[in-house]
Amino acid sequence: MKTIIGLEIHVELSTKSKIFCSCSTDFGAMPNHQCCPICLGMPSAMPLLNEKVVQYAVMAGLALNCNIARESKMDRKNYFYPDLVKGYQITQYDQPLCTKGFLEIGQGENLKRIGIKRIHIEEDTGKSLHTDEGMTLLDYNRSGVPLIEIVTEPHLNSAAETKEFLESLRDILKYMKISDVKMEEGSLRCDVNINMVSEDGKIASNITELKNLNSFKSVVRAIEFEEARHKSLLAAGRNTSKETRRWDEVEGRTRIMRSKESEVDYRYFPEPDILNIILCEEEIKRIQETLPELPRAKKQRWAKTFKLPEYDIAVLTSSVELSSFFEETLLYYRDPKKLSNWVMTELLRSMNEKEINISEFKFTPKDLASLLFLIDEGVISNSSGKKVFNEMFEKGGDPRSIAEKNGLIQIDDINLVEKVVRQVLLENQESVDDYRNGKDRAFGYLVGTSMKAFKGKGNPQLINKVLKKLLEE
Amino acid sequence: MKLYNLSIYEIQEKIKGKEVKAMEVLESILKRIDTMETKVQSYITLRKDIALEKAKAIDKKIENNEPIGELAGIPMAIKDNICTEGILTTCGSKMLSNFVPPYSATAYERLLAEDGIMLGKTNMDEFTMGSSTEGSAAAVAAGEALFALGSDTGGAIRQSSASYGLVGLKPTYGLVSRYGLVAMANSLDQIGPITKNVTDCAMVLNTIAGYDHKDGTSASRKKVDYCKNLNGDIKGLKIALPREYFGEGLSGPVQSALVEAVKVFQDLGATCYEVSMPNTKYAMAAYNIISQSEASLALSRFDGIRYGYRSQNYTNIDELVRNTRTEGFGLEVKKRMIMGTYWLSSNHREKYYKKAENIRKLLKMELNHIFSNYDLILTPIVARAALNLGESNLSQNEMDQYTVPSSLTGIPALSIACGLHDGLAIGIQLMGRHFDEETILKAARGFERSINLNDQLRP
Repeated sequence: MKTIIGLEIHVELSTKSKIFCSCSTDFGAMPNHQCCPICLGMPSAMPLLNEKVVQYAVMAGLALNCNIARESKMDRKNYFYPDLVKGYQITQYDQPLCTKGFLEIGQGENLKRIGIKRIHIEEDTGKSLHTDEGMTLLDYNRSGVPLIEIVTEPHLNSAAETKEFLESLRDILKYMKISDVKMEEGSLRCDVNINMVSEDGKIASNITELKNLNSFKSVVRAIEFEEARHKSLLAAGRNTSKETRRWDEVEGRTRIMRSKESEVDYRYFPEPDILNIILCEEEIKRIQETLPELPRAKKQRWAKTFKLPEYDIAVLTSSVELSSFFEETLLYYRDPKKLSNWVMTELLRSMNEKEINISEFKFTPKDLASLLFLIDEGVISNSSGKKVFNEMFEKGGDPRSIAEKNGLIQIDDINLVEKVVRQVLLENQESVDDYRNGKDRAFGYLVGTSMKAFKGKGNPQLINKVLKKLLEE
Repeated sequence: MKLYNLSIYEIQEKIKGKEVKAMEVLESILKRIDTMETKVQSYITLRKDIALEKAKAIDKKIENNEPIGELAGIPMAIKDNICTEGILTTCGSKMLSNFVPPYSATAYERLLAEDGIMLGKTNMDEFTMGSSTEGSAAAVAAGEALFALGSDTGGAIRQSSASYGLVGLKPTYGLVSRYGLVAMANSLDQIGPITKNVTDCAMVLNTIAGYDHKDGTSASRKKVDYCKNLNGDIKGLKIALPREYFGEGLSGPVQSALVEAVKVFQDLGATCYEVSMPNTKYAMAAYNIISQSEASLALSRFDGIRYGYRSQNYTNIDELVRNTRTEGFGLEVKKRMIMGTYWLSSNHREKYYKKAENIRKLLKMELNHIFSNYDLILTPIVARAALNLGESNLSQNEMDQYTVPSSLTGIPALSIACGLHDGLAIGIQLMGRHFDEETILKAARGFERSINLNDQLRP
């Protein structure tokens, strides 16, 4: 039995204003404080298309390898619901902005193309909240927020593939900064269409539409639940009904929501108040040029050029800013692995602890490179390096100056080192004898004691060298 | 000489020349309203308070020699489907019986900016569906306003103006902003002036026409001064007479009036040619389907939730919406919405709506062809003259058939009275190329001068 899955994904675009009016799209405002006659559907208020929305949608289409329509239009989709202010939603019906694209998942031999049927722009509805007293409260802040709807071909065949697809899609959209893509906040919504087909194609279950999936985990669990449900019905000689089911997170199962038998007739109608959207070649080229290198391509390039492990790459390319900072530092510093270690530990930790993002850094990639050079060359110890980094992170400044100011420069003067080490040897005759008698551990003890004598400013490599030399005398 | 009987340009001259005060003009009109209104019933909402305040302010400006607008001191009536901020706007419907918009239509704002004096909102058929009530035209004809701002979807401005002996213009689609005009059929609706004469019409058009960023279908074009070439010089103009409009349905009086009109244009130096527009016979059916389809959508926002009338009678959301719409809409509106829903439903769409759109395209091609050879098209407005709009025994279709082709194709069309028969005003319609209101106004001015009906038509 083969699982066939197609997805219908709604993504909230992060434009400053709504799709047809200049109201703010900010999340979390007081109810009905971000509305105007247009997004409230007041009589004679007319929609005005926000050009940025078209631009973002085209970006998504280009990133997903779609054909971009040179001419597309808006349509009215008619139905009654309290959160739909005009009694119709302005969307795109038969002339969407983007068609026939794909997104690749898997690697090497397992590389698979998931077809993207279409991407179109539309407006979001308001939100209804049902209270325990049986009242319905309506908040229209969300009415008119711009959405793109991405419809895939039914090319996905498992929960795992679906999860990977959604993660890749989310990464791409996040990279292009056209959406926050947070399922928990509702800026990424996913409906799943699923059925099972026998290998010879003779038996197929009826398609189930799944809704109310609020996280990638829910998507996976819901798919696995449905696969089992479809399989068992078919095995018992019955079939699923063509219906919409709701995922119940608490009970870990789907429940019927409504039957798909009675299809709603939306009476699609071309929107007369919005002129057709015409895109010329220069415009599309211009938008193409604003696209950043996308995640998959970047990861492949890094694997080849920097030869970093997959885990490192995944972490470092998780945002455009981080990957840019990393690559810029590598213009001055030539060891990707060492840099990667430093970034993944010190840098990310500081960013998280202090809730600073890269645009707020008080130091530059060059500064970070300098710091790492200082450590490599033994000018400061590794632990001193961490101290210097912390100050650099908090206050900015050049690493060498910070090290000098705080007296962290390791002592390089070989004569001084010899002097101090001789003193240590004098004071620790027993260990010296132990070492000379073959007890190698004593050497470590002498190193440690010497380091203490230098009060942290000791250069371990130099101390080592000097100690060896003096012990051989 | 009664001030309420004068035209805009006559009053403008007197006010600018300080011969008369804005307050005097207003008081003349208000007295006239007091006398006539119970009989005429053109106003749903009268705002004497606003008008008096504005007249006072204008007189003060004049006293202080401050600059005043082109329409300073001109009292005007606004049709009640045009939003006026802070003033009740009902569209003649129970559904909006309590609706006070927090915004104004752009066309209305432009009139206010030129110091026009708003008197009130005029009576109309519910959501302009029907052709029996056009308070805007009635008010101007009765001397209860010097001009009115109306709306035309299938001929309302033109038919009402003609039957009251006035001049009515449906401008090119896109010339006047629709922002603030409560939509009945978005691709057909237009705001236009209803005036006593052609010069007044040009003056109002000057004020309301032009690009508006709030209306996505508003045309961005070089500004035109419609008063500049109102000289009536139409020598060499080619006027087309489509034979389909002059068929058997025309009553005797209308026919003779048109024959007279043709003679007038010829005497002015234009040449009239008979042409054929065979697709005209499909226009009415296409208009009905398209306007009803669009109406069913335009009115779907009225659900009683955010504004307007709400039924008292509900226990859940479904009932709230259902009962609000049942109680709030009248029969004619419901009928058209049902038809519109039918035309657009998935199993009928191809057969009806799609076909109607194709007819629309054919009509556009037909007109383009005519206008490549001729400058204007001359037709009657209605087949038979009527006493009042509501008293004709014409069906809706018969009323609209000559006016809908220009609505469907967006070309400008003007109606002007051309004769009296048994006390009934008969009008002619002049249609022109897109955005060529100038030629229409020029021809109409020449015609008006020759005909000189004005004294006969004044109340």
